[in-house]
Amino acid sequence: MKLRKLAIAASLAAVGLSAVFTTPAFAAEEQFFPVLAYRTGAYAPNGTPWANGFVDYMKLTNVRGGVNGVKMIWEECETGYATDRGVECYERLKGKHGGATAVQPLSTGITFALTEKAPVDKIPVITAGYGRSESQNGAVFGWNFPLVGTYWMGADVLVQHIGKKEGGLDKLKGKKIALVYHDSPYGKEPIALLQERAKMHGFDVQLLPVAHPGVEQKATWLQIRQSKPDYVFLWGWGVMNSTSIKEAQATGYPREKMYGVWWSGAEPDVKDVGDGAKGYNALAMQHGAEPNSKVVKEILEKLHAKGQGTGPKEEVGQVLYMRGLISSMLQVEAVRVAQSRYGKGKRITGEQMRWGLENLNLDQKALDGMGLAGVMRPVQTSCLDHMGSAWARIHTWDGKKWNFTSDWYQGDEKVLRPLVMLTSAKYAEEKKIKPRTPEDCKK
Amino acid sequence: MSGMLYSLVALGFVLIFKASGVFNFAQGAMVLFAALAMARFSEWIPDWLGMENLFVANLLAFAVSVVIMFVVAWLIERLALRYLVNQDGATLLMATLGIAYVLDGIGQTIFGSDIYKIDVGMPKEPVMMLESVFEGGILINKEDFIAALIAALLVISLSIFFQKTATGRALRAVADDHQAAQSIGIPLDRIWVIVWCVAGITALVAGIIWGSKLGVQFSLSTIALRALPVVILGGLTSVPGAIIGGLIIGVGEKLSEVFLGPYVGGGIEIWFAYMLALVFLLFRPQGLFGEKIIDRV
Repeated sequence: MKLRKLAIAASLAAVGLSAVFTTPAFAAEEQFFPVLAYRTGAYAPNGTPWANGFVDYMKLTNVRGGVNGVKMIWEECETGYATDRGVECYERLKGKHGGATAVQPLSTGITFALTEKAPVDKIPVITAGYGRSESQNGAVFGWNFPLVGTYWMGADVLVQHIGKKEGGLDKLKGKKIALVYHDSPYGKEPIALLQERAKMHGFDVQLLPVAHPGVEQKATWLQIRQSKPDYVFLWGWGVMNSTSIKEAQATGYPREKMYGVWWSGAEPDVKDVGDGAKGYNALAMQHGAEPNSKVVKEILEKLHAKGQGTGPKEEVGQVLYMRGLISSMLQVEAVRVAQSRYGKGKRITGEQMRWGLENLNLDQKALDGMGLAGVMRPVQTSCLDHMGSAWARIHTWDGKKWNFTSDWYQGDEKVLRPLVMLTSAKYAEEKKIKPRTPEDCKK
Repeated sequence: MSGMLYSLVALGFVLIFKASGVFNFAQGAMVLFAALAMARFSEWIPDWLGMENLFVANLLAFAVSVVIMFVVAWLIERLALRYLVNQDGATLLMATLGIAYVLDGIGQTIFGSDIYKIDVGMPKEPVMMLESVFEGGILINKEDFIAALIAALLVISLSIFFQKTATGRALRAVADDHQAAQSIGIPLDRIWVIVWCVAGITALVAGIIWGSKLGVQFSLSTIALRALPVVILGGLTSVPGAIIGGLIIGVGEKLSEVFLGPYVGGGIEIWFAYMLALVFLLFRPQGLFGEKIIDRV
């Protein structure tokens, strides 16, 4: 018995001593990011590549030496795309490793839930390409950052594109657009903008909600067959997207007249439909599938070739992988900007991160330097504009891969801004928020 | 076609309930598990054997999947049900709930959580008929039509199995009374394995048809929930009830969405079936074809 106790004590002492000798005298600073992901459940085929790209870029940043020596650390939590589990993940992770720097929920539902928690916890909520569209207004939504694209901007670009195809926006008069949408806060987001544009140009919007998870759409497509809309906009996610395209095929609706949002335009949405999806279009939130970009080659060389990549290497460069990568890049660059004010090589707080996110200025040179040449356009945010860039283009599935089939479009500020201001003012009134002034922004 | 598929899943419920008195909540998970096995093996087998013949690959994958479902059935009996003989119905229901979670998790761990394809050569393009007679014509989906035929064949085979074979009669005896069946020498453990195997095969067929149409993905497991109103409507102990209930629910939810949906903002397809089931529970709790429950007081 004595011998056993002695052995245990000796082992513990050895572990303790080895810890003392292996811990460097000056531990490197670390910046913690919670990763709210979904790798299981109905939305896993789309959530997984996003999470892989997101994590891989943080790994790449560390391989590149961190941000002025500060290493990125993260912890993943499975949300299953469920709002309650997402909030639980946020609560569990927000205080870990000295506190979360920012959070990216990858769910509009979770974003709605966190919008009121973020100002209390002082943790920015980054929602690149999703979330509340009116949160572009940083004066009211001080902690939300719908960087690079909102759903209103996406819907606006789609209307511009079909207007151009028809020979001008005035030619949309009398046309019918059916919106097939995920019956959730995410799917409902574009409705306000489409109704606004419908009033302006005289087209009809037919609203067709599809209940979670979206595998039952027969009735929806029978309605489409009945009403024969000129275009179908698809605002789906996960298995709903491929089901929509398959049902379009089964009911004979031309895929060329279908336009998905950027969450309905990735490989998992079309690859098992194959030729049946040929001609299907979707918005590209700036980037599309980018297998030839420098950053992808660097990730393959520095991570995947060494067995340190996340997920299968065939997925690197695909649409959703790139979305995760860019979302990760934006937060890493915000850390860099924040460090330039609050101390290079130092760990920054959530509040300092907000300043970084409000002062992002990624010009073409900076993007080229990160290996993102041709992948995206410059981003410049401000205290009052939390989106920073409103560019998008269209890509089309040719049966094997996505190809860009349009030039760049920019969301029309004349349409977007009034809607953003009106809706955010209502939110401010309802929640009794005093909007920030330009003077407040200088603090 | 949705109706036929609901019928197939509901059949799984009915078979197990008839034969063991267990309300099998894991039927949806079994559909997903079986479909995942079929999809992945039809993809892996050609790679392993270096063959290109799609038909042979599908046949082999089907055979492997059947074996896997048999193993699953055996494991369920061995690890869970064996210890719950003569337990309360609620206990057995909870056990199947647990089995559903285990199958969902293991299935995704082994086979992955992506959307997988089952290509059994079903035609995808629709056929238009009578277009010249009236506007719009009639749209017939060949895939739906073939699926309905397969489902009908399966139902006929199962009916013969239950009515005309000794094993089928033994299954019905066990369903009526576990203890009485045991007392006349019917081996309960073997019967349960058999019935779970049969339920596994119906799950595999439903999974293949559904997977061929929509792809194999986690959402398949949720169709079990859509089969609940079917069994309530058709009756938990009736095979024809499962078929007719499935068809009523399938057609009902589509028609309700098309004709009633626009008045209430749409999206009613998902809950319409449950509303219908609730109405039935109020006025005819045993369903259309179920046995009337008479308790002596």
